[in-house]
Amino acid sequence: MPDLAPITPLGNAHPITETYGPVTLSEVVDRALASVAARLDTGPDAMDNLAKYLGTPLPDVEQISGTTQQAFWIGPDQWMITADFATHETLATDLAQRTQGHFNVTEQTDAWCRFDLTGGQLADVFERLCPVNIRAKSNGTAVRTTIDHLGCSVLIFDQRHIAVMGPRSAAASLHHTLVTALRSVF
Amino acid sequence: MTNSNRLSGGQIDRTKPLNFQFDGKSFQGYQGDTLASALLANGVRLMGRSFKYHRPRGPMTAGSEEPNAIVELRTGAAQEPNTRATTAELFDGLVAKSQNRWPSLAFDAMAINDRLSNFLTAGFYYKTFMWPAAFWEKVYEPIIRKAAGLGTLSHDPDPDCYDKGFLHCDILVIGAGPAGLIAARTAARAGAQVILADEDFRMGGRLNAETFGIGDLGAPDWAAQQVAELASLPNVRLMTRTTVMGAYDHGIYGLVERITDHLPQSPAVKPRQILWRVYSKRAILAAGATERPIVFENNDRPGIMLAGSLRTYANRWAVTPAHQVAVFTNNDDGHRTAIDLITRGVTATVIDTRMDAKSLGDYETLAGGVVSDTAGRLGLTSVQVTLANGAQRSLSVGALGVSGGWNPNVHLTCHQRGRPAWDDRIHAFAPAGTLPAGMSVAGAANGVFGTHDALQSGHAAAIEAAASLGFAPQSIDIPDTRDAPVNLTPFWHVAGAKRAWVDQQNDVTAKDIKLAHQENFASVEHLKRYTTLGMATDQGKTSNIAGLAIMAEVAGKSIPEVGTTMFRPPYTPVALGALAGRSRDQDFRPTRKTPSHRWASEQGAVFVEVGLWLRAQYFPKPGETHWRQSVDREVLQTRKSVGICDVTTLGKIDVQGRDAAEFLNKIYANGFAKLPVGKTRYGLMLREDGIAMDDGTAARFADDHFVVTTTTANAVSVYRHMEFVRQCLCPDMDVHLISTTEAWAQYSVAGPNARKLLQKIVDPEFDISNDAFPYMACGDITVCGGLRARLFRISFSGELAYEIAVPTRYGDALIRRLLDAGQEFDAVVYGTEALGVMRIEKGHAAGNELNGTTTALNLGMGRMVSTKKDSIGATLSTRDGLNDPNALKLVGLRPVDRTKPVPAGSHIMTKGDPVDAAHDQGYVTSACYSPNLGHHIALAFVKSGDTRLGEVVRLVSPLTGVDHDVEIVSAHFIDPEGDRLRA
Repeated sequence: MPDLAPITPLGNAHPITETYGPVTLSEVVDRALASVAARLDTGPDAMDNLAKYLGTPLPDVEQISGTTQQAFWIGPDQWMITADFATHETLATDLAQRTQGHFNVTEQTDAWCRFDLTGGQLADVFERLCPVNIRAKSNGTAVRTTIDHLGCSVLIFDQRHIAVMGPRSAAASLHHTLVTALRSVF
Repeated sequence: MTNSNRLSGGQIDRTKPLNFQFDGKSFQGYQGDTLASALLANGVRLMGRSFKYHRPRGPMTAGSEEPNAIVELRTGAAQEPNTRATTAELFDGLVAKSQNRWPSLAFDAMAINDRLSNFLTAGFYYKTFMWPAAFWEKVYEPIIRKAAGLGTLSHDPDPDCYDKGFLHCDILVIGAGPAGLIAARTAARAGAQVILADEDFRMGGRLNAETFGIGDLGAPDWAAQQVAELASLPNVRLMTRTTVMGAYDHGIYGLVERITDHLPQSPAVKPRQILWRVYSKRAILAAGATERPIVFENNDRPGIMLAGSLRTYANRWAVTPAHQVAVFTNNDDGHRTAIDLITRGVTATVIDTRMDAKSLGDYETLAGGVVSDTAGRLGLTSVQVTLANGAQRSLSVGALGVSGGWNPNVHLTCHQRGRPAWDDRIHAFAPAGTLPAGMSVAGAANGVFGTHDALQSGHAAAIEAAASLGFAPQSIDIPDTRDAPVNLTPFWHVAGAKRAWVDQQNDVTAKDIKLAHQENFASVEHLKRYTTLGMATDQGKTSNIAGLAIMAEVAGKSIPEVGTTMFRPPYTPVALGALAGRSRDQDFRPTRKTPSHRWASEQGAVFVEVGLWLRAQYFPKPGETHWRQSVDREVLQTRKSVGICDVTTLGKIDVQGRDAAEFLNKIYANGFAKLPVGKTRYGLMLREDGIAMDDGTAARFADDHFVVTTTTANAVSVYRHMEFVRQCLCPDMDVHLISTTEAWAQYSVAGPNARKLLQKIVDPEFDISNDAFPYMACGDITVCGGLRARLFRISFSGELAYEIAVPTRYGDALIRRLLDAGQEFDAVVYGTEALGVMRIEKGHAAGNELNGTTTALNLGMGRMVSTKKDSIGATLSTRDGLNDPNALKLVGLRPVDRTKPVPAGSHIMTKGDPVDAAHDQGYVTSACYSPNLGHHIALAFVKSGDTRLGEVVRLVSPLTGVDHDVEIVSAHFIDPEGDRLRA
């Protein structure tokens, strides 16, 4: 264990949790992230092996799959893998070793900040944030979109639990945007 | 005179009186009033002065088409000019003010313009204010603008916030009149997701202004019933106070929703307005029609308004401008106004241009008559009628309703350049040609004027739209209505009228239009611009057609032959704040913060914006009163011992795949295929045209894995360029790119003690001695007890230097640890200014030199462009024009008089030559004071500079008064042999 104390994307020792009307906004820092991209000649067997290792089928376009280790689609033959940080801090290294030669793996844990919104009327909030038609999306949908000029991924676990992943360096701006929308609605 | 003109009934809540002020006087209205209806109720007809002639004006309409009753609302920073009193919803405490008058609305000194009207005709400004040219902007324009009828700004920042949003629907219904209501209901019952938007605060459109029945209910009650049913449906979103202001590509519409404009106090965190972008699969335009006036002499006095609006004020707001009124009409709808007013106890007379016109109720009708003039200085007192037999008759009235027929509101059908077509059936332009994709038009907006027909039209449009989307719509019963046909006989203007206003907002008269024709501005587009007809904020909603009719008459053409001008978004004026949304002030764009931001803030760092990033520019210490003191200290201490700088902002691109090396060979001008694992190489990237694009490094971590570093400024453009090459030019290469700029906190550790400092935090199993980890080495290491990290031995400062990267969450802790560990070396943290000074001292090119015009040859890197391989830009870099032997070369400059500066932007002249562009020898790109050398230095591009070392040239900057001698020297002021960085 390194003897360095991490900070959250918002620059604090601990993640924030705030409440606005029926919605709870939480800064999420306990997920490890790694991107995997199949190489040109990666075949179905290698895909299956990755799926078996993850314990979940590799999701299709706009989809999220998995529980312990989750995957969501980010491009053709490309996925973002997420897992509990405490047990998977070396997720990218582990994946690279498991998929050697078949997938390009890049650590993404600290490339992103993540805010989870839980509670009711989330669609009312998100219609002030991005062009994603939240009401029409089924559970387990991941959409890449823009929120106030920031390229973000919106993970719709269900209509009462939506995560926003944005650039870590702009976490404060993204948080401000989310809070502005929440205050605007509630 | 409180509510002296208030009638009985109406859709106002008399249990909720509202107090308000207009021009400092207190009045009372009721919940449900507009500012205009409340003022009329209080006997106030005069609400403004006209744009050009400062003529007294009152409301002409009861809606958003209003050209006259333009006022300023609210006070202080929230003051909003040029607002229509006819749509301003009354609230308790509203403060409104008339505009474009001095000293008062009743006595306006600028009304002298009206006396000078013979001189102020169309084209007056173009013809008069021609000489001298120097007066155009400094004298004439300010005077004319001051005299013209615009409201005033508070000059304070807008205190309100605004928002943007995105909505999705199957069918967007625009307008909640009879056609819109039934269309929305039909589509909603079919199961479609429906948005029904209306600019009014009460849905129902024209139905709220009428007394006839629909089915068993009065028109307003029927509308309320429809709205109630729609409100109960989960698939319907009702949006009142929402103007559909533009039709855009692919079924996208712009909607402005007014959230708090009608509230006495708006909650601080609530947006005043929201600009919605609506993604619709289909849209039904049911925007209704606008009544058009007849043009006659002095037709603009307060009290003269459209007949339908007169009826609206009476029926909806229980208001009449006067108790003796007349109606001037060419159709039966004008008679309906008279009947409704008489029913409410108002005396009315009808002047009907039709010879066969008959009274439809208990009032006098002057068939075949026309209004030939009016009287009343600040408000109408009488109208002069020329009867059918030529006799004159004067009617003492305080209000005159005018009806020349109705124009379909085609505006949104034209936003994609669709042109309406003339419809002889209704004597008006109706939607035609190519409508915006997915749009259909229903009701009066489509020229269907009867209420029953409008209901059928809306119903049919919804059936078609819903079916086209795969729904199975069911027909619903269309109720009977008891309105009457319009029976219009066209009549545009009273012959001989001169001071007869066509466009009342821009003060364009019938005479102006005739003058435009006389001066050959006969094209409808020329007419518009020469006279400004239809160019005011109302876009000529009440004036265009009359203008066209008059032009047609003088040109001997029909109206459709004259044509019509183009309507463009927005449908009604939109506050700039709504267009900006949240993107204002410090939130204009996102801010990116570096991993050391919190620490730097604690140190009192001065930050500078670099793109979206906030970077520490320098770190002032106690006693330092000038930025140069801080920067000089940071530079000297770094070169003396060790300095640390946050370089996280440099772009980091992960390049992986079997063809990664070949790919880098393609995008960099120099070779990368043979770069060993564990090594870093400086690379120069060219554009396709051979111009230098960016520089940086690529570190090889494995045969199939590189990390490319870009400049901060070009991080996005380089990544985009590389993706373009990968996807479009080299799709067969097995290579994958992903940005990791955010993932790693990266610090430069530079100076003679850099290694010693790092050795204190790098875990002992990693040998970073000069032998084991030489200049340009790279590798994965761990620090501080096992934290994964990357180490690069690269130097921007010219010192022994490393860049160390750790996962971003540990970046804050790492800089604190480096400083703790560096105490024994007096380690210093330096900002971008010191970074810049040291790179200039070292002669490294940066953004100032990679300015989009320079080549590898200019930069002194011509030999880096490999001829042994193909790379982007290599071929075109061999063009003759880019290989002129006399080309600009990057050199250093130092002042002959060491006390003089060498400012960036200055130009270089050969001594003895004239100072002009023809003799220009080059220019300074980067400049600084070098604390190591004790004088100013600069980098510059000089013609054949590499062969002119030692030459003294003249440095000039006529703009800043610089003119002294400098010496051309090597760009490498510090350690030209590179001994330090290899130490």
